Amino acid sequence: MDMISNKTAIVGIGISEFSKDSGKTELRMASEVIREALDDAGLVPPDIDGIVVHTDDASDEIAAVRTMGMGNLTFFGQCRWDGAPCGMVMRAAIGVAAGMANYVLVYRAVNGSSKRRMGTPSRDIAQMSTSALLQWTFHAPFGQISAAGAVAMITSRYLYEYGIDPDKFGWIPVVCRGHGSKNPRGMYYGQPIAIEDYRRSPMFTDPLRLLDCHENSDAAAALIITTLERAKDLRQKPVRILAVAQSEVAETEEKNCFYSPRLSELPEIVRVGERLFAMSGLAPRHIRSIQLDDSYAPLVPMQLEALGFCAPGEGAAFCEGGDRIRMGGEIPLNTSGGSLGEGYLYGLNHIIEAVRLVRGTSPVQAGPLSPVLVTTGALGPASGLIVGDGL
Amino acid sequence: MSIAYDLNHPFPVPPAAWESAGFWEGVQRRELVFQRCTECGLWVHPPRPACPRCRSFGKEWARSSGRGTIYGLVIYRQSPHPAFKAPYAVVLVEMEEGVRMISNMVGIAPEEIRIGMPVEVVFEEVRQGLILPKFRKVG
Repeated sequence: MDMISNKTAIVGIGISEFSKDSGKTELRMASEVIREALDDAGLVPPDIDGIVVHTDDASDEIAAVRTMGMGNLTFFGQCRWDGAPCGMVMRAAIGVAAGMANYVLVYRAVNGSSKRRMGTPSRDIAQMSTSALLQWTFHAPFGQISAAGAVAMITSRYLYEYGIDPDKFGWIPVVCRGHGSKNPRGMYYGQPIAIEDYRRSPMFTDPLRLLDCHENSDAAAALIITTLERAKDLRQKPVRILAVAQSEVAETEEKNCFYSPRLSELPEIVRVGERLFAMSGLAPRHIRSIQLDDSYAPLVPMQLEALGFCAPGEGAAFCEGGDRIRMGGEIPLNTSGGSLGEGYLYGLNHIIEAVRLVRGTSPVQAGPLSPVLVTTGALGPASGLIVGDGL
Repeated sequence: MSIAYDLNHPFPVPPAAWESAGFWEGVQRRELVFQRCTECGLWVHPPRPACPRCRSFGKEWARSSGRGTIYGLVIYRQSPHPAFKAPYAVVLVEMEEGVRMISNMVGIAPEEIRIGMPVEVVFEEVRQGLILPKFRKVG
């Protein structure tokens, strides 16, 4: 861990606008954000000698290399599951820390809304992975067949155990949409919502209301990771990786934990938090902003508890009224809007925003904020990171 | 989303193959069975090749009491699949043996289902030749 914490950095970022229909192929979107990240860092394509891509993306590293004029890769591979983004950064940081590459590119480009050349998962039972087959076998015949349904199941238990009023989850979309309404590249620019809008929002997958759930987007983002030593010679102030972690525990399924000892606990995020704080030497009280997986609103209070920002059962009360998690509050949440207020890119947008906060270039920001904690994949397998301007 | 569900498929039929076969064979006999380790006695669900506690490959299909309690509950107000008509409820049942399973309730409106409710297994032929283990309220 000593090789990575405060010794590696994110030096270039690129992010597309979020839309319901990009009108572009995913490779075109990937190429645009890769070029933006290179320009941002002050690098040229031949500098890139490592690439980490996602298994579900249509645009693999071969296509990216051929398009962008890279061509001397010494480090490449894929990460899997929707919770991968921080883990992709971890893989990249390992690559540069171990000296297997100098500049590693991480990207995802997904037409998740328009489905224009989306990396469609296998539709054939014979081609399913064992864990996907398990969900098909034991969940689908009973109609348990959506990610919203998985979150709803966990949320029902969370509400039951702590006696929480589900209306309190409404402050998450209100705050995220409030932030996102100031983000001209997001899907909800100029479209904030009020708590009354949430209360009027129809039940979708009870106990989740429609406004608890993200909408799919067409979007892409890219990041470039290198060693802190090399970062000092580049165009931007290095945004240091202070900690990065992945977690997968016994009984993890993708986006489910129906069989884990405590359904309401988000065990992978508990572990990610423990590792992030151990690796960085920081504690929750040091964190100045959080960019949490908000693909479904109840995941936010559950993560605040799992990460130690508040006691078990108190996450929803922590968010009530929204003042503590708004920009300018105690610990601003998802300041570019996140999945609920900017658009859905599996949390890569959350990492980009963390970098912008440390640089002082967030669309909603007055001055730099550091350090910033990010989580992706709250339902597991999970990953997370802390970035900042130093330790 | 990486979970592979085919929305064009008429009904998600469980493939009775590999490690899961014994579970579904039991269901077709109208018996609820779970994998149990023959070494350490751990009840395991969903099934898998070895015992996650003692790593033994010795396993048997042991009959469940069929009784449990509702542990979690979802009501789908919009259907994600044409085979299921909204509104419908999906429950997570914690069995007396300690394992949990996803299922549905019969003979009760979705709004009447409560977490903590005691339930017992019943078998429902949901379409010709396909029996599923479902639950009804007891007491």
